[in-house]
Amino acid sequence: MTNALLEPRAVGAETRPLLRISGLEVAYDGVPVTHDVGFEMAPGEVVALVGESGSGKTTTAQAVIGLLPPNGEITRGEIRLNGEEVSRWSPRRFDSIRGSVVSLIPQDPGASLNPVLTIGAQVSEVFRLHGRRDRAGIRAEVLALLERVGLSQPELRFRQYPHELSGGMKQRVLIAMALALKPALVIADEPTSALDVTVQKRILDLIDELRAENGTAVLLVTHDLAVAADRADRIVVMRGGRIQEQGPARELLAAPKEAYTRRLLADAPSLSAPALARPGRLGGETAIEVRGLVQNFPTDRGGSFRAVSNVSFSVARGSTHALVGESGSGKTTTARAVVGLRRPDGGKILVNGQDPAALRGEELRQFRRRIQLVYQNPFASLDPRQSLRAAVEEPLLNFEPLAKAERERRVHEVFARVQLAPELLERRPAALSGGQRQRAAIARALVLKPSILVLDEAVSALDVTVQAQILRLLDELQRDLGLTYLFVSHDLAVVRAISDTVSVLQGGEIRESGPVAQVFEAPQTEYARQLIAAIPGRLRRG
Amino acid sequence: MTDILRSFPSAASARLAPPRFGWSRRPPLGLLLAWAVLLVAAAWAVAPEIFTSQSGVVGIPSEKLQAPSAAHWLGTDELGRDLLARIIHGARYSLSGAFLAVGVGLVFGAAIGLTAGSVGGRVEAILMRIVDVMLAIPSLLLALSLIIILGFGHAQAAIAVGVTSIASFARLVRSEVVTVRRSDYVEAAFGSGGRFLQVIWRHVLPNSLTTVLAYAALQLGWAILQISTLGFLGYGAPPPTPEWGLLIAEGRKYMMAAWWLTAFPGLVVILVVLAANRVGRAAERATR
Amino acid sequence: MTRRLLERLGQALLVLWAAFTIAFVLLQLMPGDAVLIKFVGGDLGLSPEAVAEIRAFYGADAPAWRRYLDALAGVVTGDFGYSIASGVPVAEEIRTNLPATLWLAGLAFALAVGLALLVAFLATLGPFAWLRGAFQALPGLMVSIPVFWLGVLLIQIFSFKLGWVSVIAPGPWERLVLPVIAISIPIAAPLAQILIRNLDAVSTAPFVHVARAKGASRRWVMLRHVLRNALLPALTIAGVLFGELLAGAVVTETVFGLNGIGRLAEQAVRAQDAAVLQAVVLIAAFGFVAINLIVDLLYPLFDPRLRRGGRAPA
Repeated sequence: MTNALLEPRAVGAETRPLLRISGLEVAYDGVPVTHDVGFEMAPGEVVALVGESGSGKTTTAQAVIGLLPPNGEITRGEIRLNGEEVSRWSPRRFDSIRGSVVSLIPQDPGASLNPVLTIGAQVSEVFRLHGRRDRAGIRAEVLALLERVGLSQPELRFRQYPHELSGGMKQRVLIAMALALKPALVIADEPTSALDVTVQKRILDLIDELRAENGTAVLLVTHDLAVAADRADRIVVMRGGRIQEQGPARELLAAPKEAYTRRLLADAPSLSAPALARPGRLGGETAIEVRGLVQNFPTDRGGSFRAVSNVSFSVARGSTHALVGESGSGKTTTARAVVGLRRPDGGKILVNGQDPAALRGEELRQFRRRIQLVYQNPFASLDPRQSLRAAVEEPLLNFEPLAKAERERRVHEVFARVQLAPELLERRPAALSGGQRQRAAIARALVLKPSILVLDEAVSALDVTVQAQILRLLDELQRDLGLTYLFVSHDLAVVRAISDTVSVLQGGEIRESGPVAQVFEAPQTEYARQLIAAIPGRLRRG
Repeated sequence: MTDILRSFPSAASARLAPPRFGWSRRPPLGLLLAWAVLLVAAAWAVAPEIFTSQSGVVGIPSEKLQAPSAAHWLGTDELGRDLLARIIHGARYSLSGAFLAVGVGLVFGAAIGLTAGSVGGRVEAILMRIVDVMLAIPSLLLALSLIIILGFGHAQAAIAVGVTSIASFARLVRSEVVTVRRSDYVEAAFGSGGRFLQVIWRHVLPNSLTTVLAYAALQLGWAILQISTLGFLGYGAPPPTPEWGLLIAEGRKYMMAAWWLTAFPGLVVILVVLAANRVGRAAERATR
Repeated sequence: MTRRLLERLGQALLVLWAAFTIAFVLLQLMPGDAVLIKFVGGDLGLSPEAVAEIRAFYGADAPAWRRYLDALAGVVTGDFGYSIASGVPVAEEIRTNLPATLWLAGLAFALAVGLALLVAFLATLGPFAWLRGAFQALPGLMVSIPVFWLGVLLIQIFSFKLGWVSVIAPGPWERLVLPVIAISIPIAAPLAQILIRNLDAVSTAPFVHVARAKGASRRWVMLRHVLRNALLPALTIAGVLFGELLAGAVVTETVFGLNGIGRLAEQAVRAQDAAVLQAVVLIAAFGFVAINLIVDLLYPLFDPRLRRGGRAPA
């Protein structure tokens, strides 16, 4: 079989695009989900496919590599790789170019490696699938590859199983597999969205380096416009299965033509201008005071693991304090102790002058009227069997009896406060969008008129435009009701936009804390500097 | 310490199973048929006289061991009793037995599982250990042990079958309760001032019960099978009760001469069990 | 490793002890006991004194706790007491009947595994959608068939109608053919269901997607990535299947007139011979516990995630 695709650098490769998609329509079970999608990629180019969930960006990428789900089908249009129409190739023919000409870096490194095969076996597989037979030669190449993607002790990694590696290490292995045969095109499908920010930056840097080294083109699928801004030559913005706008990254970001692109840009916290300093919030009385907090968790082997050690901070009434850190930093554990859901193993917490750890039974119940927690995942924090009315009304029923009319008035009032239409009162959570659910969850938290809200990654699960709306809502509520926020997040850009003061946590300890402007503009510690440098979008900000 | 990013069902899971657009809301034909079978069986149990004019107990000796014909659609037995009439009259025993069995399993299993799941601690450890032990004994042998105590009879057999399913009900209820209790919305309910029993009643019970009720529907078919097995072995309702298992046991003596005596009751059992399982599975799917 | 082994052994013994206790409470503390059933019937005409004497001989008149301890000590030393119906030591009854049942169960198990694999593969990899659909529905039908009815049907068809299997003087293997088929079908059903579910779930796992993106064909992915991950979890229901096999033996041995543990249990119930039934229950629990123990200990050999070893910091 003579296959022009196996010679990606053939004569004339510079003159024709590496990938050319035109009029692409993909349907699931006969229902089209993308419409008339068309764009081109030159060899060695990085093109970012940007969109929110449901925009069709992943479906488009899957179509390019010929791996649509079983119920998905290309119904119209064509996909040309090096000039050849591949969208109607037989599976067997497609197998021969997958891995060698087009390859994939998947989203979720945790689940993307076979748990019962060694790393070595899985990387070697790429070579074996494409005709290499000499075991010793393959082994040597795999070891070199593992070293190249930045894994220490490649000999050891070769023998290890996926569960013995961290998320970042697994993603490096997956990159090694994708680039092993120096393909012409790599599809990177949200390659870092499951990773911590600092790891995310290192992985993206690695992909960049290898791309430059091998002349590989990268189709970067991402929901994060800031990542696209940093890494892509050209950006394709998708929404609802259609391309909204495309063009060179610099131009598109500097002068977006479409309203949707402008909104995306405005709503991406890392790309929009830093929030203005918010004077007058600090220096008032103290709402939350944490002194030397220690939290231990028992481990499987009967020992104990210190998740939080010696954490201290205080939050002024009416202000927002952010706890920011990567996974395992102890930020959520700290927040849960403040709400009284965990008893501290050491140290002291004072909320409105009360120590939640000292409260039992009825006192604890009364304490909870004053401080409420809003969860990350609005899908899980509302009872699927309750209507919104019941969910928002329930806290009122838990305390002193109110007349039905009065309860009704309070529910409507708080619903209006979070800008939800009263028609939604009778709906169940399943019939709502993510943003509506999170508004409902905030309404439930507010109906008791608490003075403090603890927001645990409360906007992390939402698409950027929705995220921006909720952040604006939180800001308004704070102004109008004088609320104090303890804002837990891994997302530094969001933190910068909403907080007055911030504590940076790592490994259960506070590395640095202070007013937001000070910590972000002039970080004092190495770790804080690293974290801030890792915020995507900085390349554009300059 | 929740690993927030990784635990959240991200776009990844959504992409693996794209939404099935264009899927009709009409229940599939198989499910409709299953409901029809169950309704007919229930009607037989409630009012057998409507479906057959012939007796299930008294036969016409001159018409014994007749093959299926227009007069006797499914043939007659050694005493000239109409087989169809016997099957129709027998529905009462099989279905009431199955409901009794599932009721026993559900009530006691739910009580144990709910207690273990919501109280937790040592109580949970002890209860679930006992459940583990019950699961180590094959259900038929456990049922036989109970029958030695309770004696032979229709209700006894049903209760024995029900007791053997307590363990699996308890285990399911507990795991549901534990899942629901760990959910954010239950924590939020406590967080907004809910009292223990209020929260259990408002959130934990209704949310864990849906799955359990679907499982109960599935258990119905299993119970019919088990009760007919005990009936076949002769531990259930005594002759001349037309219980389905017993019909097959009695028909066995005429295996050579009258195949219909064993074949038809067996087919009816299979149909009803299949229908119950189909409905149970549909219910299970609907609760997810 | 040895510590884990000891821990698991301890747990297994605890379950066995608890099973014994449950069986004892259920069976020995019951109201009407076998002595009364056998001897108080009119034909023997025994006086109450004679009955009391017999009860004393069988130890039936001692206080409950005493009988419990005696029975426990007996079980530990392999002594299950006497069958009251036949007067023979229960241990001897078990010894003569166990091999036949183990053969029956073993063959049925092998057939069930083969059948389940066949159904599962055809249901997930079959060439046509209608064929896959049919095989996906098959396990649902298989669990709905009463074993006893299937046995009767098999005799009617293969012995009476076709005359392939003799009922009058079958050879030692011939005699097992139909019962093995009858037991294995309902056993194969849950196994096939689990396999189908696992094959489906693993086939959509991200790592399978990644393997396909490396250029692996469907076949390669199935053989190298899906199979092992899908088959492994099925091991965990091996213990439950053993119990179902014994239960199946009770029915089939009765239907086919075979000697074995199942028939013994069935007759014990009829005669309210608690000691025999208790022994059978204990054997079943022992089998369940032993099989689960073996599976637990072997599982890490097949699944590296369960091996104890160094774990890189996440």
